[in-house]
Amino acid sequence: MKLYLDENKNAAARKVVLNDMMLTTELSTTAGSKMLEGYKSLFEAEAVTRLKAAGFEIAGKSNVGELSLGLLGETSYFGAVTDDKGNLALAANEIVKTTDAVGAVGLDANGSFLRGAALSDQVAIKPTYGTVSRFGTVSVACSGETVCVSAKSVADAQSLLCAIAGHDDKDGTSLSDSECQRLCADAPRESIKKIAVAKSLALSADEATRAKIHAVVDALKAKGIEVEPIDDSVLIAAKTAWNALMCAELCNNVSKYDGVKYGYRTKNYTNIDELYTNSRTEAFGELLKTAILFGSEALSTENYMPVYDKSLRVRRVICERFAEIFKDYGAVLMPVCSKTAYTEKDVADNKYISFDEASYIAPAYISGLPAVVVGGVLLVGAAFSENALLELAKIAEEG
Amino acid sequence: MAKYETVIGLEVHIELATNSKIFCSCSAKFGGEQNDHVCPACCGMPGMLPVVNKRVVDLGMTAGMMLNCDINRVTTFDKKSYYYPDLPAAYQTTQWFAPVAVNGKVRIETSKGEKFIRIKQIHMEEDAGKLVHDDWTDTTLVDFNRTSVPLIEIVSQPDLNSAEEVVAYLEQLRSLLRFAKVSECRMEQGSMRCDVNLSVRPEGSDKLGVRTEMKNMNSISAIERAIAYETARHIDAIENGTEELVQETRRWDDIKGMSFAMRNKETAGDYRYFPDPNVMPVCIDDEWFERIKKSLPELPSVKKDRYIDELGLSEYDADILTQSRALCDCFEEAYAVSGLVKESANWIISNCMNVLNRKQLTADMLNIDGKALGKLILLVADGKVGHANAKKILEAMFDEDIDPEAYANENGYIVSNDTGKIEGVIRAVVAADPKSVADYKGGKEKALMALFGKCMKELKGNCDPQVLRELLIKIINE
Ligand SMILES: [Zn+2]
Repeated sequence: MKLYLDENKNAAARKVVLNDMMLTTELSTTAGSKMLEGYKSLFEAEAVTRLKAAGFEIAGKSNVGELSLGLLGETSYFGAVTDDKGNLALAANEIVKTTDAVGAVGLDANGSFLRGAALSDQVAIKPTYGTVSRFGTVSVACSGETVCVSAKSVADAQSLLCAIAGHDDKDGTSLSDSECQRLCADAPRESIKKIAVAKSLALSADEATRAKIHAVVDALKAKGIEVEPIDDSVLIAAKTAWNALMCAELCNNVSKYDGVKYGYRTKNYTNIDELYTNSRTEAFGELLKTAILFGSEALSTENYMPVYDKSLRVRRVICERFAEIFKDYGAVLMPVCSKTAYTEKDVADNKYISFDEASYIAPAYISGLPAVVVGGVLLVGAAFSENALLELAKIAEEG
Repeated sequence: MAKYETVIGLEVHIELATNSKIFCSCSAKFGGEQNDHVCPACCGMPGMLPVVNKRVVDLGMTAGMMLNCDINRVTTFDKKSYYYPDLPAAYQTTQWFAPVAVNGKVRIETSKGEKFIRIKQIHMEEDAGKLVHDDWTDTTLVDFNRTSVPLIEIVSQPDLNSAEEVVAYLEQLRSLLRFAKVSECRMEQGSMRCDVNLSVRPEGSDKLGVRTEMKNMNSISAIERAIAYETARHIDAIENGTEELVQETRRWDDIKGMSFAMRNKETAGDYRYFPDPNVMPVCIDDEWFERIKKSLPELPSVKKDRYIDELGLSEYDADILTQSRALCDCFEEAYAVSGLVKESANWIISNCMNVLNRKQLTADMLNIDGKALGKLILLVADGKVGHANAKKILEAMFDEDIDPEAYANENGYIVSNDTGKIEGVIRAVVAADPKSVADYKGGKEKALMALFGKCMKELKGNCDPQVLRELLIKIINE
């Protein structure tokens, strides 16, 4: 079982794990794919540069699902990772759990980073889209993918987030410094007095997950925070729309891995078409191929309007629904996944389980809103409300 | 025999005159060693994100305004996916949904009179790289220097009906865009390329025939030949059933003088356009719009009329000057300084053009300071510098920034008004050549010219010719 795909054994203090979607110059970056096995970048991710500047040392590159796809990391060419109970786990969280690493930083688009934290009872933050530069990350779905952080405690997660947030000229979607600074620990915030629970999403999870929701709700109520269930029927549409957008963008982003310029090249070709086809056929895993086919269909001339364009419109409707919710509530509480543990059999029985589990993470990813994983549940807030969400997370953390 | 009408629409690709590429800071200049102008972004490595070069949008807007288009105040970039080894990211960033400019028109003039060609749209996009095949090793390598060099594509409506109109249209585009400094539009360097969409129908019919497309035409004469060939091929197919016309992309082989159907694989396919999520929509506010509008040059045709009507230049002179923005700029500056219209025009049309021709430069490459030229023209007009020396000064102006008067002083080119000195030279020349003096006195006018030339040479040209001539005749007749 590989936790690290490449490790920096010299790292001493304030160690941070990077998921293998983050480019580094010293260590290889594979994105969990045979296609990029041994690939070394000429430059490093902006987030990595910022971590180093803040005094963190890079411990290594954690195993990750191919292009971060999958439920946790099980789609990695380098094999799945399990915890001490034999359940599927995310390598980043396993390393943080078992070593003195402060936490992990990684690019996420399909929620595996958030699920990993929830299943190992760690804290994760998916910041507002545009507050952390995506420069130097292996692109998956550019319109929603976000560099996220996870750690054992709210305080550690927050320290990592503060280190990497900020404007970057090299990322055209990067927000201004004044907007990014609203994420800093000492920035002024408006404390949240009232939160909503996404009712049908909560009810769709299993009993153990619902128990976690109740525990967090009870902790918040004990501190005088009002909690009310709300109608989340609009938010449910996020799943299909985000799966379509993510696969479409992914299909386009991975088309540059063609065996011509770098990465894996088949030995079995006599012309350029065979070079493309066989390199990709031999190097890509099944779920990635499925996503490519699905994404390619979504962008085809006949499906563009009914699938892709419609998904963009769903995105707008979801953003509008969130805006409406945030008039009355400071955050929306929902599950991160439908169960509290998954086995390899669960994935074998349902190849598309990660697309199904997208129900919970899709509203935050499609809207670009910030989300915090704590106590095994997800809190989604308004743009730039990270600090207020983390206040709630601290209450939940203390129980 | 039925009469036929050819219906042609053009897609013209023009490389923009920016210093850097559209989404990275690599040089966009023509030339350089293979793969000199590349970085991880423009050769498709993971992790790079596109950041739009605003200058590209400036030039896209300028082109749109020059061709009388409406400017889309919110313009977006989209991805077009296809596999080809010269396209490193396997997608091209272009504008599919909201191009920078739409609904324009361009006026052309042909032997049949004036006509307006409608422009459907102008969109901005990135160029692809170049495949270089080595026959010896039978390998193909790729040069990414041109990858991500900014282009605009100008799409016309099918309003053109002959090769003559196509040529007039292309020349008009070239003139307008060169004037606005959008591009050098040099077909031989590939900075202007053309796709020709052509169909043929019986005259008077309102139904379009089967359309074929010829891609990447890069010389005007090749385009003329290709249109003639393709028109004849279509008519032959319609009249004689020599072949069945199909909608397809064809490659023009200028050496064979024939067009060939391209393999289906190269043309078929779904480009899967979608908005590029990494490039935020570009919003053109009033300030930006007005800044570009103010920067537009006077149109060449307007300039030409003004030169004739207001400045009194001949149509011939005005025509030559308005071929090039550089000539116009130089002329207008020289005129502003000297106040002499005809002289300013003449100096550019004859003397400057001579130097350019000798240096094998085009008119667009005239880079002398027009104000300095104006000063030089004044020195000549005031009789302070002789013609021959003035040309030497002009020559020096091509090489360095000089002040003509200071340069003339330094090099002893200032005309002398010292009649004593001139008389001395004349007397010496006359004394040394009694034969010419006798010939002149015997009625041979030419002998005077020989003496005049010798004196001028002795004086290094620094003498008012009128003064010299009068003194010479006076001394001979003494
Ligand atoms: Zn570049």
